[in-house]
Amino acid sequence: MSHHVIELINVNYRYDKEQVLTDINLAVPEGAFLAVVGPNGSGKSTMLKLILGLLKSKGGEVKLFGKPISKFREWEKIGYVSQKANAFNTGFPATVYEVVASGLTKKAGLFSRVERKYKSEIIDAIQAVGMQDFSNRNIGELSGGQQQRVFIARAIVSRPQVLILDEPTVGVDAKNVQTFYDMLERLNVELGITLVLVTHDTGTVSNKITHVACLNNTLHFHGSAEDFEQVKDQDLSAFYGHDIQTIHHNHSHGVH
Amino acid sequence: MLEAIITYEFLQNAFAAGILIGLIAPLLGAFIVVRRLSLIADALSHVTLSGIAASLFLSKTFVMFNGLNPLWLGMGFSVAGSLLIERLRAVYKHYQELAIPILLSGGIGVGVIFISLADGFNTDLFSYLFGSVSAVGRSDLYLITGIAVIVLLIVFLLYKELFLLSFDEEFGKASGLSTKALHLIFMVMTALVIAASMRIVGILLVSSLMTLPVAAAMRLAKGFKQTIGLSVLFGEIAVIVGLISAFYLDLAPGGTIVVSSIIILLAAIGYRNWFAVKKS
Repeated sequence: MSHHVIELINVNYRYDKEQVLTDINLAVPEGAFLAVVGPNGSGKSTMLKLILGLLKSKGGEVKLFGKPISKFREWEKIGYVSQKANAFNTGFPATVYEVVASGLTKKAGLFSRVERKYKSEIIDAIQAVGMQDFSNRNIGELSGGQQQRVFIARAIVSRPQVLILDEPTVGVDAKNVQTFYDMLERLNVELGITLVLVTHDTGTVSNKITHVACLNNTLHFHGSAEDFEQVKDQDLSAFYGHDIQTIHHNHSHGVH
Repeated sequence: MLEAIITYEFLQNAFAAGILIGLIAPLLGAFIVVRRLSLIADALSHVTLSGIAASLFLSKTFVMFNGLNPLWLGMGFSVAGSLLIERLRAVYKHYQELAIPILLSGGIGVGVIFISLADGFNTDLFSYLFGSVSAVGRSDLYLITGIAVIVLLIVFLLYKELFLLSFDEEFGKASGLSTKALHLIFMVMTALVIAASMRIVGILLVSSLMTLPVAAAMRLAKGFKQTIGLSVLFGEIAVIVGLISAFYLDLAPGGTIVVSSIIILLAAIGYRNWFAVKKS
Protein backbone atom coordinates (compact mmCIF):
# COMPACT_ATOMS: atom_id res chain seq x y z
CA MET A 1 0.00 0.00 0.00
CA SER A 2 1.59 3.22 -1.07
CA HIS A 3 1.21 6.44 0.86
CA HIS A 4 1.08 8.40 -2.36
CA VAL A 5 -2.26 10.07 -2.88
CA ILE A 6 -1.64 10.69 -6.57
CA GLU A 7 0.57 8.62 -8.88
CA LEU A 8 1.17 9.05 -12.59
CA ILE A 9 3.08 6.25 -14.28
CA ASN A 10 4.36 6.81 -17.83
CA VAL A 11 1.31 8.89 -18.65
CA ASN A 12 0.82 10.19 -22.19
CA TYR A 13 -1.77 12.48 -23.68
CA ARG A 14 -2.39 14.08 -27.05
CA TYR A 15 -5.09 16.29 -28.54
CA ASP A 16 -5.68 15.01 -32.07
CA LYS A 17 -2.12 14.89 -33.37
CA GLU A 18 -0.46 17.22 -30.92
CA GLN A 19 1.42 15.37 -28.21
CA VAL A 20 0.86 17.33 -24.98
CA LEU A 21 2.26 15.04 -22.31
CA THR A 22 5.00 12.47 -22.79
CA ASP A 23 5.89 9.77 -20.27
CA ILE A 24 4.93 11.68 -17.15
CA ASN A 25 5.93 10.06 -13.87
CA LEU A 26 4.78 11.81 -10.74
CA ALA A 27 4.08 10.70 -7.19
CA VAL A 28 2.52 13.06 -4.68
CA PRO A 29 2.95 12.02 -1.03
CA GLU A 30 0.26 12.63 1.55
CA GLY A 31 0.40 16.10 3.10
CA ALA A 32 2.53 17.60 0.33
CA PHE A 33 2.10 21.08 -1.12
CA LEU A 34 3.08 20.54 -4.74
CA ALA A 35 3.51 23.44 -7.14
CA VAL A 36 3.27 22.59 -10.83
CA VAL A 37 5.08 25.19 -12.91
CA GLY A 38 5.84 25.52 -16.59
CA PRO A 39 5.25 27.80 -19.57
CA ASN A 40 1.85 28.26 -21.22
CA GLY A 41 0.83 25.26 -23.29
CA SER A 42 3.14 22.96 -21.36
CA GLY A 43 0.26 20.64 -20.44
CA LYS A 44 -0.28 21.71 -16.83
CA SER A 45 -4.06 21.92 -17.02
CA THR A 46 -4.16 18.74 -19.09
CA MET A 47 -2.27 16.90 -16.37
CA LEU A 48 -4.76 18.10 -13.76
CA LYS A 49 -7.66 17.01 -15.92
CA LEU A 50 -6.14 13.55 -16.22
CA ILE A 51 -5.85 13.36 -12.43
CA LEU A 52 -9.46 14.53 -12.04
CA GLY A 53 -10.75 12.02 -14.56
CA LEU A 54 -12.00 14.80 -16.86
CA LEU A 55 -9.72 13.41 -19.58
CA LYS A 56 -8.58 9.84 -20.13
CA SER A 57 -4.87 9.18 -20.55
CA LYS A 58 -3.67 7.68 -23.82
CA GLY A 59 -1.10 5.32 -22.41
CA GLY A 60 0.23 4.96 -18.90
CA GLU A 61 -1.62 4.78 -15.65
CA VAL A 62 -3.14 7.25 -13.19
CA LYS A 63 -3.61 6.06 -9.61
CA LEU A 64 -5.52 7.84 -6.86
CA PHE A 65 -5.06 6.68 -3.28
CA GLY A 66 -3.35 3.59 -4.68
CA LYS A 67 -6.27 2.63 -6.93
CA PRO A 68 -6.30 2.79 -10.74
CA ILE A 69 -8.44 5.77 -11.71
CA SER A 70 -10.93 3.58 -13.58
CA LYS A 71 -11.75 1.85 -10.30
CA PHE A 72 -11.65 4.97 -8.16
CA ARG A 73 -15.05 6.02 -6.80
CA GLU A 74 -14.37 8.17 -3.76
CA TRP A 75 -14.35 11.45 -5.60
CA GLU A 76 -15.41 13.32 -2.46
CA LYS A 77 -11.80 12.84 -1.28
CA ILE A 78 -10.61 15.16 -4.04
CA GLY A 79 -11.54 18.83 -4.20
CA TYR A 80 -11.07 20.92 -7.32
CA VAL A 81 -10.79 24.65 -7.91
CA SER A 82 -10.59 25.62 -11.58
CA GLN A 83 -9.49 28.81 -13.28
CA LYS A 84 -12.39 30.98 -12.30
CA ALA A 85 -12.52 32.98 -15.49
CA ASN A 86 -13.72 30.25 -17.81
CA ALA A 87 -15.73 28.14 -15.44
CA PHE A 88 -18.67 30.17 -14.34
CA ASN A 89 -21.40 32.54 -15.32
CA THR A 90 -21.13 35.58 -13.06
CA GLY A 91 -24.80 36.41 -13.51
CA PHE A 92 -25.89 33.14 -11.98
CA PRO A 93 -28.48 33.82 -9.28
CA ALA A 94 -27.05 31.68 -6.49
CA THR A 95 -26.03 32.67 -2.97
CA VAL A 96 -22.63 31.91 -1.48
CA TYR A 97 -24.35 29.38 0.78
CA GLU A 98 -25.97 27.60 -2.18
CA VAL A 99 -22.69 27.48 -4.10
CA VAL A 100 -20.78 26.02 -1.16
CA ALA A 101 -23.56 23.50 -0.50
CA SER A 102 -23.24 22.29 -4.10
CA GLY A 103 -19.79 20.95 -3.18
CA LEU A 104 -21.56 18.22 -1.21
CA THR A 105 -23.62 16.95 -4.14
CA LYS A 106 -21.66 13.76 -4.61
CA LYS A 107 -20.91 13.09 -0.96
CA ALA A 108 -24.53 13.38 0.08
CA GLY A 109 -25.61 10.91 -2.57
CA LEU A 110 -28.72 10.77 -4.71
CA PHE A 111 -32.07 12.03 -3.46
CA SER A 112 -30.81 13.60 -0.25
CA ARG A 113 -31.19 17.28 0.64
CA VAL A 114 -27.81 18.73 1.52
CA GLU A 115 -28.61 22.23 2.67
CA ARG A 116 -30.17 21.20 5.96
CA LYS A 117 -28.38 17.92 6.59
CA TYR A 118 -24.89 19.39 6.31
CA LYS A 119 -25.60 22.85 7.65
CA SER A 120 -22.68 22.94 10.09
CA GLU A 121 -20.20 21.64 7.49
CA ILE A 122 -21.31 24.35 5.07
CA ILE A 123 -21.01 27.09 7.69
CA ASP A 124 -17.57 25.79 8.74
CA ALA A 125 -16.30 25.83 5.16
CA ILE A 126 -17.56 29.38 4.61
CA GLN A 127 -15.87 30.42 7.84
CA ALA A 128 -12.61 28.69 6.91
CA VAL A 129 -12.27 31.04 3.94
CA GLY A 130 -13.46 34.07 5.90
CA MET A 131 -16.66 34.65 3.92
CA GLN A 132 -19.21 34.27 6.74
CA ASP A 133 -20.48 37.83 6.33
CA PHE A 134 -21.36 37.14 2.72
CA SER A 135 -23.11 33.79 2.88
CA ASN A 136 -26.46 35.24 1.84
CA ARG A 137 -25.10 37.36 -1.00
CA ASN A 138 -25.41 36.42 -4.66
CA ILE A 139 -22.10 35.14 -5.99
CA GLY A 140 -22.12 37.63 -8.86
CA GLU A 141 -22.02 40.59 -6.45
CA LEU A 142 -18.62 39.61 -5.06
CA SER A 143 -15.13 40.59 -6.21
CA GLY A 144 -12.94 38.12 -8.08
CA GLY A 145 -10.89 37.30 -4.99
CA GLN A 146 -13.99 36.76 -2.86
CA GLN A 147 -15.52 34.52 -5.52
CA GLN A 148 -12.38 32.43 -5.60
CA ARG A 149 -12.53 32.02 -1.81
CA VAL A 150 -16.11 30.80 -2.18
CA PHE A 151 -14.91 28.22 -4.71
CA ILE A 152 -12.26 27.04 -2.25
CA ALA A 153 -15.00 26.68 0.37
CA ARG A 154 -17.05 24.67 -2.11
CA ALA A 155 -14.04 22.42 -2.72
CA ILE A 156 -13.24 21.84 0.97
CA VAL A 157 -16.80 21.46 2.27
CA SER A 158 -16.77 17.73 1.53
CA ARG A 159 -13.59 17.49 3.68
CA PRO A 160 -11.37 16.27 0.87
CA GLN A 161 -7.89 14.91 1.52
CA VAL A 162 -6.53 16.41 -1.67
CA LEU A 163 -7.22 19.84 -3.14
CA ILE A 164 -6.32 20.50 -6.76
CA LEU A 165 -6.12 24.10 -7.91
CA ASP A 166 -5.61 25.30 -11.48
CA GLU A 167 -4.19 28.83 -11.47
CA PRO A 168 -6.69 29.91 -8.83
CA THR A 169 -5.43 33.49 -8.63
CA VAL A 170 -6.19 34.43 -12.23
CA GLY A 171 -8.52 37.44 -11.93
CA VAL A 172 -7.69 38.03 -8.27
CA ASP A 173 -6.20 41.46 -7.60
CA ALA A 174 -2.56 41.50 -6.60
CA LYS A 175 -3.06 42.67 -3.04
CA ASN A 176 -5.32 39.72 -2.27
CA VAL A 177 -3.08 37.07 -3.79
CA GLN A 178 -0.87 36.91 -0.69
CA THR A 179 -3.86 36.45 1.67
CA PHE A 180 -5.18 33.80 -0.66
CA TYR A 181 -1.97 31.77 -0.45
CA ASP A 182 -1.78 32.24 3.32
CA MET A 183 -5.18 30.63 3.48
CA LEU A 184 -3.98 27.72 1.32
CA GLU A 185 -1.00 27.25 3.62
CA ARG A 186 -3.36 27.01 6.59
CA LEU A 187 -5.37 24.31 4.82
CA ASN A 188 -2.15 22.42 4.16
CA VAL A 189 -0.52 22.79 7.56
CA GLU A 190 -3.50 22.86 9.91
CA LEU A 191 -5.96 20.56 8.17
CA GLY A 192 -3.31 18.37 6.54
CA ILE A 193 -4.87 18.67 3.09
CA THR A 194 -2.55 17.65 0.26
CA LEU A 195 -2.38 20.49 -2.25
CA VAL A 196 -1.61 20.37 -5.96
CA LEU A 197 -1.34 23.88 -7.33
CA VAL A 198 -0.76 24.97 -10.90
CA THR A 199 0.56 28.49 -10.71
CA HIS A 200 2.60 31.28 -12.19
CA ASP A 201 2.95 33.03 -8.83
CA THR A 202 6.05 31.08 -7.96
CA GLY A 203 7.50 34.00 -6.04
CA THR A 204 4.58 34.15 -3.64
CA VAL A 205 4.28 30.43 -2.97
CA SER A 206 7.93 29.38 -2.91
CA ASN A 207 8.20 29.55 0.87
CA LYS A 208 5.05 27.49 1.36
CA ILE A 209 5.50 24.59 -1.02
CA THR A 210 7.13 21.26 -0.23
CA HIS A 211 7.45 19.89 -3.74
CA VAL A 212 7.91 21.24 -7.25
CA ALA A 213 7.07 19.76 -10.63
CA CYS A 214 8.39 21.50 -13.74
CA LEU A 215 6.38 20.59 -16.77
CA ASN A 216 7.03 21.24 -20.41
CA ASN A 217 5.28 18.37 -22.18
CA THR A 218 7.69 16.16 -20.29
CA LEU A 219 8.31 16.38 -16.58
CA HIS A 220 11.77 17.88 -16.21
CA PHE A 221 12.00 18.00 -12.53
CA HIS A 222 9.96 16.56 -9.76
CA GLY A 223 11.00 16.37 -6.16
CA SER A 224 11.10 18.15 -2.88
CA ALA A 225 11.82 21.84 -2.85
CA GLU A 226 15.21 21.13 -1.26
CA ASP A 227 16.17 18.80 -4.10
CA PHE A 228 15.14 21.54 -6.40
CA GLU A 229 17.73 23.77 -4.80
CA GLN A 230 20.41 21.19 -5.62
CA VAL A 231 19.70 21.12 -9.33
CA LYS A 232 19.17 24.83 -9.72
CA ASP A 233 22.60 25.28 -11.30
CA GLN A 234 21.82 22.96 -14.13
CA ASP A 235 20.62 24.46 -17.35
CA LEU A 236 16.96 24.08 -16.39
CA SER A 237 16.74 27.72 -15.53
CA ALA A 238 17.53 28.79 -19.04
CA PHE A 239 14.84 26.44 -20.23
CA TYR A 240 12.12 27.76 -17.97
CA GLY A 241 13.10 31.37 -17.82
CA HIS A 242 11.70 33.43 -14.99
CA ASP A 243 9.79 30.65 -13.21
CA ILE A 244 12.96 29.01 -12.03
CA GLN A 245 14.67 32.30 -11.29
CA THR A 246 11.86 33.37 -9.02
CA ILE A 247 11.81 30.19 -7.05
CA HIS A 248 15.58 30.23 -6.76
CA HIS A 249 15.56 33.80 -5.53
CA ASN A 250 12.91 33.20 -2.92
CA HIS A 251 14.64 30.23 -1.43
CA SER A 252 16.42 32.65 0.86
CA HIS A 253 13.15 32.70 2.84
CA GLY A 254 13.61 29.03 3.58
CA VAL A 255 11.55 26.10 2.43
CA HIS A 256 9.75 23.75 4.75
CA MET B 1 -65.60 34.02 -12.92
CA LEU B 2 -65.75 31.39 -10.19
CA GLU B 3 -69.34 30.67 -11.13
CA ALA B 4 -68.36 30.20 -14.74
CA ILE B 5 -65.62 27.78 -13.75
CA ILE B 6 -68.06 25.73 -11.68
CA THR B 7 -70.56 25.67 -14.53
CA TYR B 8 -68.36 24.86 -17.52
CA GLU B 9 -66.19 21.78 -17.68
CA PHE B 10 -63.99 23.26 -20.40
CA LEU B 11 -63.08 26.13 -18.08
CA GLN B 12 -62.22 23.72 -15.29
CA ASN B 13 -59.92 21.89 -17.69
CA ALA B 14 -58.31 25.09 -18.90
CA PHE B 15 -57.67 26.45 -15.42
CA ALA B 16 -56.44 23.15 -13.99
CA ALA B 17 -54.07 22.71 -16.94
CA GLY B 18 -53.03 26.36 -16.75
CA ILE B 19 -52.15 26.15 -13.05
CA LEU B 20 -50.10 23.00 -13.62
CA ILE B 21 -48.24 24.63 -16.51
CA GLY B 22 -47.75 27.85 -14.57
CA LEU B 23 -45.91 25.69 -12.07
CA ILE B 24 -43.74 23.42 -14.21
CA ALA B 25 -42.85 25.73 -17.11
CA PRO B 26 -41.16 28.44 -14.95
CA LEU B 27 -39.70 25.77 -12.64
CA LEU B 28 -37.84 24.13 -15.47
CA GLY B 29 -37.40 27.52 -17.12
CA ALA B 30 -35.21 28.70 -14.23
CA PHE B 31 -32.71 25.96 -15.10
CA ILE B 32 -33.10 26.59 -18.84
CA VAL B 33 -32.39 30.31 -18.52
CA VAL B 34 -29.30 30.00 -16.31
CA ARG B 35 -27.94 27.30 -18.60
CA ARG B 36 -28.46 29.70 -21.54
CA LEU B 37 -30.70 27.23 -23.33
CA SER B 38 -33.73 29.52 -23.83
CA LEU B 39 -33.51 29.37 -27.59
CA ILE B 40 -33.36 25.59 -27.50
CA ALA B 41 -36.77 25.61 -25.86
CA ASP B 42 -37.98 27.73 -28.75
CA ALA B 43 -36.50 25.35 -31.32
CA LEU B 44 -38.13 22.38 -29.61
CA SER B 45 -41.52 24.05 -29.62
CA HIS B 46 -41.29 24.39 -33.38
CA VAL B 47 -40.45 20.71 -33.68
CA THR B 48 -43.54 20.00 -31.59
CA LEU B 49 -45.52 21.91 -34.22
CA SER B 50 -44.51 19.44 -36.89
CA GLY B 51 -45.68 16.61 -34.63
CA ILE B 52 -49.03 18.27 -34.10
CA ALA B 53 -49.42 18.99 -37.82
CA ALA B 54 -48.47 15.39 -38.66
CA SER B 55 -51.05 14.12 -36.22
CA LEU B 56 -53.79 16.40 -37.56
CA PHE B 57 -52.94 15.26 -41.08
CA LEU B 58 -52.98 11.57 -40.13
CA SER B 59 -56.29 11.75 -38.31
CA LYS B 60 -57.84 13.61 -41.24
CA THR B 61 -56.53 11.20 -43.87
CA PHE B 62 -56.61 7.80 -42.23
CA VAL B 63 -59.59 6.50 -40.33
CA MET B 64 -57.43 4.48 -37.97
CA PHE B 65 -55.83 7.63 -36.57
CA ASN B 66 -59.17 9.32 -36.05
CA GLY B 67 -59.49 10.59 -32.52
CA LEU B 68 -55.77 10.37 -31.84
CA ASN B 69 -54.81 13.15 -29.45
CA PRO B 70 -52.24 15.29 -31.32
CA LEU B 71 -50.47 15.89 -28.03
CA TRP B 72 -48.99 12.40 -28.17
CA LEU B 73 -47.30 12.86 -31.51
CA GLY B 74 -46.30 16.40 -30.56
CA MET B 75 -44.68 15.02 -27.43
CA GLY B 76 -42.93 12.28 -29.42
CA PHE B 77 -41.54 14.79 -31.93
CA SER B 78 -40.45 17.10 -29.15
CA VAL B 79 -38.56 14.37 -27.29
CA ALA B 80 -36.98 13.16 -30.54
CA GLY B 81 -36.02 16.77 -31.29
CA SER B 82 -34.34 17.13 -27.91
CA LEU B 83 -32.20 14.09 -28.63
CA LEU B 84 -31.42 15.34 -32.12
CA ILE B 85 -30.24 18.68 -30.71
CA GLU B 86 -27.71 16.84 -28.59
CA ARG B 87 -26.44 14.96 -31.65
CA LEU B 88 -26.11 18.21 -33.60
CA ARG B 89 -24.34 19.96 -30.74
CA ALA B 90 -21.83 17.13 -30.69
CA VAL B 91 -21.30 17.34 -34.45
CA TYR B 92 -20.79 21.13 -34.45
CA LYS B 93 -18.70 21.36 -31.30
CA HIS B 94 -17.56 24.89 -31.98
CA TYR B 95 -20.87 26.16 -33.36
CA GLN B 96 -23.31 24.63 -30.92
CA GLU B 97 -25.95 27.30 -31.53
CA LEU B 98 -26.30 26.02 -35.11
CA ALA B 99 -28.51 23.26 -33.75
CA ILE B 100 -31.15 25.89 -32.98
CA PRO B 101 -31.82 27.30 -36.48
CA ILE B 102 -31.56 23.81 -37.96
CA LEU B 103 -34.31 22.43 -35.73
CA LEU B 104 -36.34 25.65 -35.77
CA SER B 105 -36.60 25.82 -39.51
CA GLY B 106 -36.79 22.05 -39.84
CA GLY B 107 -39.72 21.95 -37.42
CA ILE B 108 -41.64 24.67 -39.24
CA GLY B 109 -40.73 23.20 -42.64
CA VAL B 110 -42.04 19.74 -41.86
CA GLY B 111 -45.02 21.28 -40.08
CA VAL B 112 -45.96 23.40 -43.09
CA ILE B 113 -45.79 20.37 -45.39
CA PHE B 114 -48.23 18.46 -43.22
CA ILE B 115 -50.47 21.53 -42.93
CA SER B 116 -50.60 21.87 -46.72
CA LEU B 117 -51.25 18.14 -47.11
CA ALA B 118 -54.15 18.48 -44.69
CA ASP B 119 -55.56 21.34 -46.81
CA GLY B 120 -54.44 24.30 -44.81
CA PHE B 121 -55.30 25.92 -41.52
CA ASN B 122 -58.32 25.07 -39.47
CA THR B 123 -59.48 26.22 -36.06
CA ASP B 124 -57.91 23.18 -34.45
CA LEU B 125 -54.47 24.15 -35.67
CA PHE B 126 -55.00 27.77 -34.69
CA SER B 127 -55.68 26.68 -31.13
CA TYR B 128 -52.43 24.73 -31.06
CA LEU B 129 -50.48 27.70 -32.36
CA PHE B 130 -51.77 30.31 -29.95
CA GLY B 131 -53.44 28.37 -27.16
CA SER B 132 -57.08 28.05 -26.32
CA VAL B 133 -59.41 28.42 -23.36
CA SER B 134 -62.01 26.11 -24.78
CA ALA B 135 -60.03 23.34 -26.44
CA VAL B 136 -58.47 21.63 -23.44
CA GLY B 137 -60.20 18.27 -23.13
CA ARG B 138 -60.16 15.77 -20.29
CA SER B 139 -57.59 13.59 -22.06
CA ASP B 140 -55.35 16.64 -22.50
CA LEU B 141 -55.68 17.37 -18.81
CA TYR B 142 -54.75 13.84 -17.83
CA LEU B 143 -51.67 13.92 -20.02
CA ILE B 144 -50.63 17.33 -18.69
CA THR B 145 -51.13 16.13 -15.11
CA GLY B 146 -48.96 13.08 -15.81
CA ILE B 147 -46.18 15.22 -17.23
CA ALA B 148 -46.41 17.65 -14.30
CA VAL B 149 -46.10 14.84 -11.76
CA ILE B 150 -43.06 13.37 -13.53
CA VAL B 151 -41.31 16.73 -13.85
CA LEU B 152 -42.01 17.78 -10.26
CA LEU B 153 -40.75 14.47 -8.95
CA ILE B 154 -37.54 14.55 -10.98
CA VAL B 155 -36.73 18.16 -10.12
CA PHE B 156 -37.44 17.51 -6.44
CA LEU B 157 -35.30 14.38 -6.29
CA LEU B 158 -32.44 15.61 -8.47
CA TYR B 159 -32.46 19.27 -7.41
CA LYS B 160 -28.87 19.47 -6.19
CA GLU B 161 -27.54 17.55 -9.17
CA LEU B 162 -29.43 19.83 -11.58
CA PHE B 163 -28.18 22.88 -9.70
CA LEU B 164 -24.58 21.72 -10.00
CA LEU B 165 -25.02 20.86 -13.68
CA SER B 166 -26.35 24.36 -14.30
CA PHE B 167 -23.89 26.28 -12.16
CA ASP B 168 -20.63 24.55 -13.00
CA GLU B 169 -20.70 21.50 -15.23
CA GLU B 170 -16.94 20.93 -15.07
CA PHE B 171 -16.91 20.88 -11.28
CA GLY B 172 -19.81 18.46 -11.40
CA LYS B 173 -17.87 16.16 -13.69
CA ALA B 174 -14.78 16.43 -11.52
CA SER B 175 -16.78 15.42 -8.46
CA GLY B 176 -18.01 12.32 -10.24
CA LEU B 177 -21.46 13.41 -11.42
CA SER B 178 -22.62 11.76 -14.65
CA THR B 179 -23.43 15.04 -16.34
CA LYS B 180 -24.26 13.42 -19.67
CA ALA B 181 -27.09 11.33 -18.30
CA LEU B 182 -28.34 14.24 -16.25
CA HIS B 183 -28.34 16.57 -19.23
CA LEU B 184 -30.29 14.01 -21.25
CA ILE B 185 -32.93 13.73 -18.50
CA PHE B 186 -33.08 17.51 -18.46
CA MET B 187 -33.61 17.80 -22.23
CA VAL B 188 -36.35 15.17 -22.23
CA MET B 189 -38.09 16.99 -19.36
CA THR B 190 -37.89 20.21 -21.36
CA ALA B 191 -39.48 18.49 -24.34
CA LEU B 192 -42.29 17.14 -22.16
CA VAL B 193 -43.02 20.51 -20.56
CA ILE B 194 -43.15 22.15 -23.98
CA ALA B 195 -45.65 19.56 -25.19
CA ALA B 196 -47.74 20.04 -22.05
CA SER B 197 -47.73 23.84 -22.22
CA MET B 198 -48.76 24.34 -25.82
CA ARG B 199 -52.45 23.51 -25.21
CA ILE B 200 -52.71 26.67 -23.10
CA VAL B 201 -50.10 29.14 -24.39
CA GLY B 202 -49.70 27.75 -27.88
CA ILE B 203 -46.68 26.33 -29.66
CA LEU B 204 -45.36 29.68 -30.81
CA LEU B 205 -45.40 31.14 -27.31
CA VAL B 206 -44.43 28.17 -25.16
CA SER B 207 -40.90 29.37 -24.50
CA SER B 208 -42.22 32.68 -23.17
CA LEU B 209 -43.67 30.96 -20.11
CA MET B 210 -40.31 29.33 -19.50
CA THR B 211 -38.27 32.49 -19.82
CA LEU B 212 -40.23 35.69 -19.04
CA PRO B 213 -41.17 34.85 -15.42
CA VAL B 214 -37.57 33.76 -14.80
CA ALA B 215 -36.22 36.97 -16.33
CA ALA B 216 -38.43 38.95 -13.94
CA ALA B 217 -37.49 36.80 -10.94
CA MET B 218 -33.78 37.18 -11.59
CA ARG B 219 -34.10 40.94 -11.17
CA LEU B 220 -35.40 40.53 -7.63
CA ALA B 221 -34.27 37.22 -6.15
CA LYS B 222 -31.46 36.34 -3.78
CA GLY B 223 -30.20 32.89 -4.58
CA PHE B 224 -31.44 30.17 -6.88
CA LYS B 225 -34.24 28.75 -4.74
CA GLN B 226 -35.78 32.19 -4.44
CA THR B 227 -35.39 32.65 -8.20
CA ILE B 228 -37.38 29.45 -8.72
CA GLY B 229 -40.01 30.49 -6.17
CA LEU B 230 -40.57 33.91 -7.70
CA SER B 231 -40.55 32.50 -11.24
CA VAL B 232 -43.34 30.10 -10.35
CA LEU B 233 -45.30 32.87 -8.61
CA PHE B 234 -44.99 35.17 -11.64
CA GLY B 235 -45.81 32.30 -13.99
CA GLU B 236 -48.98 31.47 -12.09
CA ILE B 237 -50.10 35.11 -12.00
CA ALA B 238 -49.49 35.45 -15.74
CA VAL B 239 -51.40 32.25 -16.56
CA ILE B 240 -54.41 33.03 -14.33
CA VAL B 241 -54.68 36.68 -15.36
CA GLY B 242 -54.11 35.64 -18.97
CA LEU B 243 -56.80 32.94 -18.94
CA ILE B 244 -59.40 35.16 -17.25
CA SER B 245 -58.87 38.02 -19.69
CA ALA B 246 -58.80 35.61 -22.64
CA PHE B 247 -62.16 34.21 -21.54
CA TYR B 248 -63.88 37.57 -21.08
CA LEU B 249 -62.36 39.34 -24.06
CA ASP B 250 -62.57 36.28 -26.32
CA LEU B 251 -58.86 36.35 -27.13
CA ALA B 252 -56.28 33.61 -27.64
CA PRO B 253 -54.78 32.94 -24.18
CA GLY B 254 -51.24 32.68 -25.62
CA GLY B 255 -51.37 36.40 -26.32
CA THR B 256 -52.88 37.47 -23.00
CA ILE B 257 -50.50 35.28 -20.98
CA VAL B 258 -47.45 36.66 -22.77
CA VAL B 259 -48.65 40.24 -22.35
CA SER B 260 -49.26 39.61 -18.62
CA SER B 261 -45.76 38.15 -18.31
CA ILE B 262 -44.25 41.16 -20.02
CA ILE B 263 -46.11 43.55 -17.71
CA ILE B 264 -44.74 41.61 -14.71
CA LEU B 265 -41.25 41.70 -16.23
CA LEU B 266 -41.39 45.47 -16.80
CA ALA B 267 -42.66 45.97 -13.25
CA ALA B 268 -39.78 43.88 -11.88
CA ILE B 269 -37.21 45.84 -13.88
CA GLY B 270 -38.83 49.14 -12.88
CA TYR B 271 -39.02 48.17 -9.22
CA ARG B 272 -35.39 47.14 -9.17
CA ASN B 273 -34.23 50.33 -10.86
CA TRP B 274 -36.35 52.54 -8.62
CA PHE B 275 -35.08 50.67 -5.57
CA ALA B 276 -31.47 50.98 -6.71
CA VAL B 277 -31.84 54.74 -7.25
CA LYS B 278 -33.43 55.18 -3.83
CA LYS B 279 -30.66 53.24 -2.16
CA SER B 280 -27.78 55.19 -3.66
